[in-house]
Formats: sequence, structure tokens, C-alpha cells
Amino acid sequence: MTHEHAPHIIGYGKLTAVWLALLALTVLTVWITRLDLGVNRVWGALAIASAKSGLVIAFFMHMKYEGWLLRWLLFVALLTLAIFIGFTFFDVLYR
Amino acid sequence: MNHAVHKDYAGAKLGMWLFLFTELLLFGGLFLLYAAYLSRYPHEFTAGGRELDVVFGTANTVILLTSSLLAAMAVTAIQRDARGRTMLLLGGTVLCAALFMLIKYLEWSAKIRHGIYPNSPGLAAGPPGESVFFSLYYLTTGLHGMHVLVGGALLTWVASRVRSGAIHGGDYVLLENGALYWHLVDLIWIFIFPLYYLIL
Amino acid sequence: MSRADQAEATASSFWNDTGRTGIASWIFSTDHKRVGLLYFYSVLGFFLIAVALGLLLRIELMAPGRTIMGPQTYNALFTVHGVVMIFLFIIPGFPGAFGNLIMPIQLGARDVAFPRLNLFSWWLYIIGAVTILTALFTGGGPPDTGWTFYVPFSSRTGTNVSLAVFGVFIVGFSSILTGVNFVTTIHRLRAEGMSWGRLPLFVWSLYATAWVQILATPILGITLVLIMAERLLGTGLFDPVRGGDPLMFQHLFWIYSHPAVYIMILPAMGVISDIIPVFSRKPIFGYKMIAFSSLAIAAAGSLVWGHHMYTSGMSDTAILVFSFLTFIVAIPSAIKVFNWVSTLYKGSISLEAPMLFALSFILLFAIGGLTGLILGAAATDIHVHDTHFVVGHFHYTILGGSGFAFFAAMHYWLPKFYGRRYAEKPAIIAWGLMFVGFNITYFSMMVLGLKGMPRRYYDYLPEFAPLNLASTIGSWIMVSGLVLLLVNLFRGLLKGEPVGSNPWGGATLEWSIPTPPPTENFAEEPVVSHGPYDFKGAGIP
Repeated sequence: MTHEHAPHIIGYGKLTAVWLALLALTVLTVWITRLDLGVNRVWGALAIASAKSGLVIAFFMHMKYEGWLLRWLLFVALLTLAIFIGFTFFDVLYR
Repeated sequence: MNHAVHKDYAGAKLGMWLFLFTELLLFGGLFLLYAAYLSRYPHEFTAGGRELDVVFGTANTVILLTSSLLAAMAVTAIQRDARGRTMLLLGGTVLCAALFMLIKYLEWSAKIRHGIYPNSPGLAAGPPGESVFFSLYYLTTGLHGMHVLVGGALLTWVASRVRSGAIHGGDYVLLENGALYWHLVDLIWIFIFPLYYLIL
Repeated sequence: MSRADQAEATASSFWNDTGRTGIASWIFSTDHKRVGLLYFYSVLGFFLIAVALGLLLRIELMAPGRTIMGPQTYNALFTVHGVVMIFLFIIPGFPGAFGNLIMPIQLGARDVAFPRLNLFSWWLYIIGAVTILTALFTGGGPPDTGWTFYVPFSSRTGTNVSLAVFGVFIVGFSSILTGVNFVTTIHRLRAEGMSWGRLPLFVWSLYATAWVQILATPILGITLVLIMAERLLGTGLFDPVRGGDPLMFQHLFWIYSHPAVYIMILPAMGVISDIIPVFSRKPIFGYKMIAFSSLAIAAAGSLVWGHHMYTSGMSDTAILVFSFLTFIVAIPSAIKVFNWVSTLYKGSISLEAPMLFALSFILLFAIGGLTGLILGAAATDIHVHDTHFVVGHFHYTILGGSGFAFFAAMHYWLPKFYGRRYAEKPAIIAWGLMFVGFNITYFSMMVLGLKGMPRRYYDYLPEFAPLNLASTIGSWIMVSGLVLLLVNLFRGLLKGEPVGSNPWGGATLEWSIPTPPPTENFAEEPVVSHGPYDFKGAGIP
């Protein structure tokens, strides 16, 4: 036996609902980038992409039902990437 | 001292997530370059993005989202010990992967035919920012495509283990981890799509 | 040496208790102890090759003008010396050799979380190493770019850069998998009673190191791929003519390579933290702060990479930010130094080889660290960047620091695995030669750097000749000490006095099991009831 507790099972219905939400957000992304928002297009697209990833991670990857350790570690990894990109911009933006 | 072979489900899952973090950082380097060069060449990136096929890009996005759904459903199926359904769902995921690669092949060959590829004379003669855009495009989608192939192969192997009964309702961490890997492939594309196809 | 002797020393242990003893039983073994020894001998072999290259470099630099080689050979030699030392010795060395040998036992575990992955890591390391070696003798010959592979030269040079960086990529992947393995092991396989607050500080240091391996190494991976893409596909991402920015390469390279130096030093500090209490017969001072400082160094060290780029053309804003952050990294390092010294205070100190190396670590690393502040302050760095001051600085930290800690660990732990020990007096003499030789070699370099001698230059002005000669003579003294160390140590391990389970009186779990350990490590899973430096609690006088 490999589990210490009964694993959480996500039903097909819920998974399909998430999928539909993802498709809707995809449509939204395409729409929002047709608008004339200038540089905010990028931020808008990134925001929606983040929302989509959030859904994939939370439900498809079961993160919503995992313990705090895994969530914390994911946060650390994302923060690290954000810092790598962000700190580079101290150079890129101010040359 | 003799032990029954004793598996650590939580440990296996932790290890897989840690590995996924490394993949995130790997692609992260390419996204770092994208961000830096986008800020330097906003117009050329826009122009470059316009040359990419939004229809293909959107189709591939839908295909990968669907493949992720099927992979997630496969986990549910094995948790309920529905072996046949699990294999069907995994098969569907791999089919989506194949479809994705087909479209990628069509996209790339169309571009190459039009003289758009790293170090092409056309790009060398054009604005520098566009050459940068397309080099990043080929590297990022190429690396991503390699991961699609690896993921597809992995899930095919997992499906064979389901068929043999090695993976079942009481021990399915291999399938779960394989699905996690697949979702990562989907996640990377979720960011590639708007950044390359929709910034126009 | 008689077989009976060897047999007696290793009777029924991981050397033979599974009944498997041929070469195949080693290179296909998933036992963390065997994998640890495989790593140990591999990294040691590469270390010695790189030492030889270093000696050759110093002979060339002994006098101005050509001494024994031409400029192309010189460039290739310092490149290969760096690549081998960094990617094939010091980065894989601590986690791969001593991490594997010791960490699972210190946790009270039978093995790491993923033993097969562990073996695979070693195989990747070997495949990567062979790839790098092949690159030296094929194509355009050994790379001449420096181990930092800066563009545009690395994109254009005719030497075999692509194959070499591909080899480094494979070794990097090995490092990543080890990181994943170790984090999982430390989270999941601690024995009952082995709380985070009772972990040996060596384990804490490996934990912090593993996180750097996981989060930083992939950036190296993509950077190496980008070098290959520049050369093989002409992507032009770092070529100004085609819109690229060479500084972006430097950012990507150093985002990994600065945290990488913490992969090199953190486990070394962990070794020191384990050794000092044992040889002072006193619990470590400030356990929590030392554990916390390991994490702080890993975290803060990931924020400072730009301090390698002050003179590159980077923005002034970036220079200010990175300089400020670099000063912050010094704080947790200093915390460790203060705590080690406080541990010594009123301790009952015995100066055997492990302790001598540990004490000199503190001094040499402190010098290295302080010179790091001179480099970290942007204003002073302008003067010393790319001079021999830098070379002196990093040898003080990597060799005087990590290297000496590696030698300390060899003397401290290898007797446990061989069941025999080295002779103390020759070891002390060896240490003395190494310590004196080291300082002559590298202190000279720091003076040379301050006087203006550039690094990576084939030739130099005549006014730099005397100190260069001194540095070379220092290198001979140091290496003679190294040779004595190795001969004495290995002769002892094979033929020396047998040791019992706890020759040093340590309270961590590796000393509670037989010497050498059985494959299973523990007859029954231990229940831990005392801290790692609680000698009284462990019932040790």
C-alpha cells in the first residue's frame, strides 16, 4: 500500500468544467490582444495566462488538494524565476 | 534486516514536483531573454508576431488544453481502477501530442519555406529585432516540442504499464507523475502562445 | 598488504555483505555508500588532473615571456583547469561524494529517496566528463574561452566549444537530479526523532545546496544550449550586429554561476560545523543561526550575480543594486565564522588533521570572504576586476575554503568507510606544507592584482616577475604537501591502524553504526533522542 491517506479524486465533471473555463480564457486572451492597449496588451495577456496556469496547477495537477509544503515550494520556485527576470531589468531598463 | 519493498508515494510526488521546478527554470531562461528583448524591440516583436499563424497557434493551444484534460481524467480513472478507460484517456493524450507536433511541423516548414529561420539571409537583411524574435521563437518552440515528444513517449510507456497491471488503483504514482510532466508541457505553451502569437 | 588484513578490517560490511564484489557490482550499485565512493574517486581523479594543469600554468607564469608553452596552449590550459576544477571536482564533489556517503546515515535512513536515480546521476556525471575530455582532443581542440565561455569569443572561436559545453550540460543535469534526490531524502527519510532541529549541520548545508542545484542549474543548462545554438544554428541572440546583446549572456551565465559558488562552499561549511564541535568536545554555538544562515546564504547568494559585471557596460542602477545586495551575503557567512569561533572558546581542543584543516578553513575563507567585499564594492572592483586579485580571491574561498574542507572531510570520514586510519604526524606535516604553500601562491596573486597584473593574460610586465616566481614556488610547496597528504591517507586507509565505530567521539548517527557500515546502515531504524552535538546525551565522554 502506498498511500498514507485516501487520495482526493477529482471527478470528470469538475475536470471538464475547468477545461471549459480554460477555453473561455483562451478566447479572452485572443480578444484582449486585439484591443489597442499598447504595452498593456502584454500585461493583460500575462495575467490571463497566469489565471489559466493557476487552474491547470490547482485542478489538473491537484495542487488545490496538496499540503502546504508543495504549495510553498512552488511559490519559492516562481519567486526565484521572477527575481531572475526582474533583477535583470535593473540593467535592461536603465542603460 | 529484511524489508518489504516500501514505497513512498508522497516522496515520489515531491521528487517529481522538484523536477518540474527545474523545467520551469530551464524555460524561464528563454522567457528572460524574451522579456529583455521585447522591451528593446517592441515594434519588431509585434511585426514578427504578425507573421506567425494565429489559427495554428490557437489550435495548438486548444489541443494541449484538451490533452491536459484527458491526462487529468486518466488519473481519476486509475484512482477508480478503471483500467480500460485509463488507457483510452492516455491514448487520447498521446494523440493530441501527435496532432500538436503535426501542426508544429506545418508551421515550421511554412516559415522555413518563406526564408524565416535562424541565420537565414532574409532575417539577416531585415531589422535586427525580428531576427532576435524568430531565433527565440525557434529555440523556445523547439525546446518545447522536444518536451512534447518526451512527454508523449513517457505517457505511452505509462499506458503500457497500465495495461500490464503494474500501475493500478493501489499504486499509480507513475501515472500521476507522468501526467504532472504532461501538464508542465501544457503550462509552458500557455505562456508561449500569447507571447509569440498574440503580441501584435 | 595482506588479504587477511584487509578482510579483517572490512569483515561483513557494505564492501561485501551483499555477496557482490566485482566491478559491475560497484558501477551498477544503488547503495549510497558505493555511489559515494564512485563519486569520490572520480572527482579526486579529475581534481588531480586539474592540479597538474594548474602546475603547468604556474610554470609558464614563473617568468615573463614564453617559458614552456605558447599563448594558445596557455588559453586552453586555464580554460580546462577551470572547467575541470569547477564542473568535475568542486560542484559535484561535496554532494556526490560526502553527501552520498554520509547524509543518509546522518538522517537514520537506509539510503536516499531515489537510489536508482542516484546511480543515474553518477553515470551522467561520467558521461559528461568523458564528453568534456573528448572535446579536448577532437575538433578544433580544447576550448580557449575561459570557463566562463563569454560571447562573442565563444561564438566564434574555432576550438571545440560546442562539444565541451554539451559535456558540461550533461554534468549539470547530474547535479540537478542529485539536488532533487537530496531535498526529497531530507524531507521524507528522517528517522523517528530526527526533527529538523536535530539535523546535523552538514545535512542542513546539503539541503540548502540542493535547492541551489535545483533552481539555478537549469539556467546554466539553457545558457549552454544557447552557446551551442549561437555556434551551430547562428541564432545571433548575443550578436550585436543581429540585434543581440552580449550582456544578456553574462546575465544568464552568472545567474547560475554565482549561486554555483554557494554549491561549492555551503557543504564545505557544513563539514566544518560538524568537525569543530567534535574536536572541541563542545556543542556547536548557535545551532539555529548556523542552520538558518545556510538557507540565507543560498537565498541571498541568488540575488547578487551582477557583481561579476560591474565593468561590462551594465546600467548604473544595476551596479548599485547588486553591490548593495552583495554586502548582505557577507552577513550570514560572518554569522557562521563567529559561531565557529565561539564554539572553540573554552572547548577542549585537539589538533588532529581534520581539525587543522577546519581551523585553517576559517582563516582562509575569512580572507577570501573579505577580499570578496573589495570585489563586491563597485568602486574598488573597477580597479581589480579581471586582475589576479580575483584569482587570489576565488582560490582563497574555493581552495582555502572548499578544498581544505574537502581534505578535512577525507581525514574525518573515510576511516569510517575503510575501517582503518591514516598516520597523524605525516598528515599534520602535509597540512603544514599545504597551508604555507597555499598562502605563498595565492597571496602573491592578490598583491599582483592590486599592482595591476591582469588575469588570463599569457604574458606580463617585468615588474610582476618576482611575485610570479614566488607564487610558482608556493605552488610546488603546496603540491608536495598534497602528495604527502594523499599518500599518507590512502596508505592508512588500506594498511593503517584499524578504527572502531567512533574514533573521534562524534554524536551524529554515522558514528553509532559499525565501522565500516553494513549495507543496510542500521540493524533497526534508529530512534533519535538527542541533538547532533550533544555528546552527553549520546553517552560519549
